[in-house]
Amino acid sequence: MSFLINNFFALTASGLVLGAVYGLIALGYTLVYGVLRLINFAHSEVWMWGSFAAVWSMTAVGATSGRGIGATAAFLLLALVAAMLVSGGIALTVERVAYRRLRRLNAPPLIALISAIGASFVLSEIIGLRDRIAGWFGLDSALAKYVGGARDNTRFPNPLETSTAFSVGDYNVTNIDILVLVSAIVMMVTLDQFIRRSRLGRGIRAVAQDSESAALMGVNKDRVVQITFFLGGIMAGAASLLYLMRIGVTKYNAGFLLGVKAFTAAVLGGIGNVRGALLGGFVLGLAENYGSALIGTQWKDVVAFLLLVVILLFRPTGLLGESLGRSRA
Amino acid sequence: MSTPAEAPSPSAPVGGRTQPARTSRFGGLGARTAALPRPVKIVLMLLFGLFLYLLPLLNPPYITPSGSDFGAVLFTVATYVLVALGLNVVLGYAGLLDLGYVGFYAVGAYTVAVGGSLHGKLPFLLLLPLAALIAMFSGLLLGAPTLRVRGDYLAIVTLGFGEIIRLTAINLKWLGANAGISNVPRPPSVELFNLPHLTWNGAVATVDLGDTTTFLKFGVLDQIPYYWLALTLVFIIIAADKALQNSRVGRAWEATREDEDAAELMGVPTFKFKLLAFMIGAFVGGLSGALFATKQAFINPQSFLLLLSILFLSAVVVGGAGNRKGVIVGAIVVSFLPELFRPFADFRVLVFGILLVLLANFRPQGLWPASRSVRAKQVDETLGELEGGAARA
Amino acid sequence: MRPIIKLGVPLVAAALALTACGGTSGGTAAAGSTSGGSSKTCDLKIGFFGALTGDAANLGQNIQNGVKLAVDQYNAKNADCKVAVQPYDSQGDPAVAPGLAKSAIDNKSVVGIVGPAFSGESKAADPLFNEAGLVTITPSATNPALSTNGWKTFFRVLGNDASQGPAAAKYISDTLKASKVAVVDDASEYGKGLADIVKSSLGAKVTTTDTVQTGQTDFSPTVTKIKSSGVTAVFYGGYYAEAGLLKKQMTDAGVTATLVVGDGVKDDGFIKAAGDKAAEGTIMTCPCLPADKAGGTFFADYKAAYNAEPATYSAEGFDAAKVMLDGISEGKTSRADLLAYVASYDKPGVTKTLKFDAKGEPSQVTIWAYKVTGAKIVPDQEIK
Repeated sequence: MSFLINNFFALTASGLVLGAVYGLIALGYTLVYGVLRLINFAHSEVWMWGSFAAVWSMTAVGATSGRGIGATAAFLLLALVAAMLVSGGIALTVERVAYRRLRRLNAPPLIALISAIGASFVLSEIIGLRDRIAGWFGLDSALAKYVGGARDNTRFPNPLETSTAFSVGDYNVTNIDILVLVSAIVMMVTLDQFIRRSRLGRGIRAVAQDSESAALMGVNKDRVVQITFFLGGIMAGAASLLYLMRIGVTKYNAGFLLGVKAFTAAVLGGIGNVRGALLGGFVLGLAENYGSALIGTQWKDVVAFLLLVVILLFRPTGLLGESLGRSRA
Repeated sequence: MSTPAEAPSPSAPVGGRTQPARTSRFGGLGARTAALPRPVKIVLMLLFGLFLYLLPLLNPPYITPSGSDFGAVLFTVATYVLVALGLNVVLGYAGLLDLGYVGFYAVGAYTVAVGGSLHGKLPFLLLLPLAALIAMFSGLLLGAPTLRVRGDYLAIVTLGFGEIIRLTAINLKWLGANAGISNVPRPPSVELFNLPHLTWNGAVATVDLGDTTTFLKFGVLDQIPYYWLALTLVFIIIAADKALQNSRVGRAWEATREDEDAAELMGVPTFKFKLLAFMIGAFVGGLSGALFATKQAFINPQSFLLLLSILFLSAVVVGGAGNRKGVIVGAIVVSFLPELFRPFADFRVLVFGILLVLLANFRPQGLWPASRSVRAKQVDETLGELEGGAARA
Repeated sequence: MRPIIKLGVPLVAAALALTACGGTSGGTAAAGSTSGGSSKTCDLKIGFFGALTGDAANLGQNIQNGVKLAVDQYNAKNADCKVAVQPYDSQGDPAVAPGLAKSAIDNKSVVGIVGPAFSGESKAADPLFNEAGLVTITPSATNPALSTNGWKTFFRVLGNDASQGPAAAKYISDTLKASKVAVVDDASEYGKGLADIVKSSLGAKVTTTDTVQTGQTDFSPTVTKIKSSGVTAVFYGGYYAEAGLLKKQMTDAGVTATLVVGDGVKDDGFIKAAGDKAAEGTIMTCPCLPADKAGGTFFADYKAAYNAEPATYSAEGFDAAKVMLDGISEGKTSRADLLAYVASYDKPGVTKTLKFDAKGEPSQVTIWAYKVTGAKIVPDQEIK
């Protein structure tokens, strides 16, 4: 207990940074659930592919730290665009391959979940076996920089070196902490405004509220669903870059646990609720850190899972309530 | 809105379009078998059962895996079948998606290991039912509060449950932590006689008297007696499953699955029946876990990864949720094929993922879809006749 | 389906007809394997039991390369009577280990096993090997409890965690002169076991402890704990993936304490995960000789064969296989003879003088400290 009080700021700050990443990934779950009432189990792999896109784009241009502020910004922008595009593209692919046919058939959600689980396996194993797959084409040595150590951690050549921005008590707030927090909040606000104000956003809300009526009113449901997946994907892509800047490595199966946590965050905030996702992420990040401090670090994941179970039992609609459709203020 | 009842309903009108060609082929085989006189049928079934018991001694070519021991592989297959039968009650009959089934499996295994080795010296024959009962009780504890939440939420809650069980086992010294538990008690042996194995050389078989299995010696080396034990339990569970499906309980599940609201209105306490299904599933899961622990003699948390839940689930879904024969086939496919194709081990999860996607999209009812029950068909026919009659009038 | 059934019936009939002569053929097969070392028996196999696919495949491949090198060298000298390596890919999973062990035991040409590679699968498979009298030499399973089960077929060619732990503690208190130490483990059997030994050896110097989980990527509560405790050395018991991330996050947070780790972290993966700068100065203890100090021409031979430097436990795999191959070349070609031969073995290997005590532990254990210098793991000193 005294440990928690003495290090309250440190635990809070690192919890918020982690929570911001959870929140960004949670957006993908929330958007898809809001529109389709489906848990997109493959969303964690969408995130994972984005993280590899960020790593590979930096490897390709030979990014290193300490090249001056202009070069650093250019590198980071490139990594961000690469991660967002790849994540968005993978999200669209998942929608096309794993969901579209089932949606047309109006299949039960359980079947869609199983299809998504399958897609999730395929996506993570392709990365985990990328050396072998490159070997089929005789490219494994040519691409060794990209495909080597396929089942091991892959390091992100971070163009931005960690440095202390300012200290609060014992805790050094780093430039990366600030960058992660600020970008996450900015992205979240942008997305929220997009859904509230833009034409496409109105379409998304219409389909979320009542897809049949929306279709009758001339909303192209397929288009809306694709946009929803794409938006969730690019948010996951952004999250993957922020995650890499903070943690530094990614792996073929790194998405799974993070995905479960992000889903927990989405449910915590109220699934289908865009603002709830960020709030849920923060609450989860803090709960994990405070919980670790109180009962031991080894129970960190258990705290997250227990929180999920408790929330689902006592407030299944989450902290802010569900429904993307009603998100108009 | 997705109510659990909607989920794997075999009669799902659009997603589950029945495959006429397929059903009729199976139907044809079924009809031919059904046409046989009853004594012949019984003899055939007994022969088939005997064949299954003798399988690890016969070592038939083509299906005997090269990399691993056939007895051990068959044991694994038998436990998967057992698990699939249990999960089928939850998923196929009651329509509840359980992503943390491995949790019950772990509870069963740990009951045997903790009670028989780490903190007690209870005999296996007492621990086996105890493991199943404790697993069932944990099913009650988990199910009572959670079965009221929505179907897809239930999936995530159970997923969390499975992970909590594993993480607790890792971090609690009382449960042996990550080091696991050795010297799990074995079933009592009754050594009666030796049975020789067959050895195949191309198409010629020889009886290998140097390689024998002692009938009912639950030892360290020979895995075959454990397979026999598991197979026996499979037969018992199949019989119980049949009886249950044809009872009032089975009808209540069917009604709940077909239309939960209508069932509730007709006075079926759907929540109670869902909870019962959940508990029965946990019971069978615990039983399989106990079997695994005793055969293995050593367990650690690594054996209860989430991947196992997914594999169990796939067994049921691949075979066809709701159909007893289907899930047995599914369990065999999921557990046996990887052993047969060990050289491609690296790619099995990938291939498996592709299969899941294809299956969900093109055969959402599984390889062997559950046929709608006679009652449901009769209702449909009656409705059809009534409508037809009305049109003519 | 049907053609197979139709074929199957005559085959079973043939099988039954052949019962009589089958008995004799089974008899000769059994006799062949127990005939002892008087006549030269060829086409024997040495099994390698460990993860060759899956997440731990790297370690398994490293060991298998060492085993293969030893066997290839043997075969080059004995072209008329070769020995083969039979892989048993456990994927590191204890659940499949007994089935594989049984399969190895049933293969009468397998006279010895290098492995099982990990402690978990050892616990599941070794009882079977012990029952069957098939000798096993593990090149990498370091759990101290493995040798206390009374398994007469258990041997290992490297020091266990009980010898490595005190050495790490000695390095921390003597060389680093640390008076306040944090000990962190990953709750794994290996990591926790090692960390517990370090804790008890350091005694009151340990002021902070924490446990993380394998697969964890964010260690902020742990880092906060370490930082606020003001320790000057941190011991981490676990594997390189988590150790690398922990070290990076410690450095990012401004922790300057020296990180000391066990052999599970001695892998380039640690430097990859931590980053070159953060990894610098990390101390790694290992009951393994520096590659260039390994005896004979092993280092050069390995490089020539695989175009890579020997990795963790390659030399141990080589040694384990060498012990068995020496036995085979002396005509100890039955399982019982080879087991007896291994138990009384006493010759220099590439990693150390190979001699086993009654429990199967190596009688000579050397612990080396390595240090990350210039983004490379280089030998620092032997801890005596």
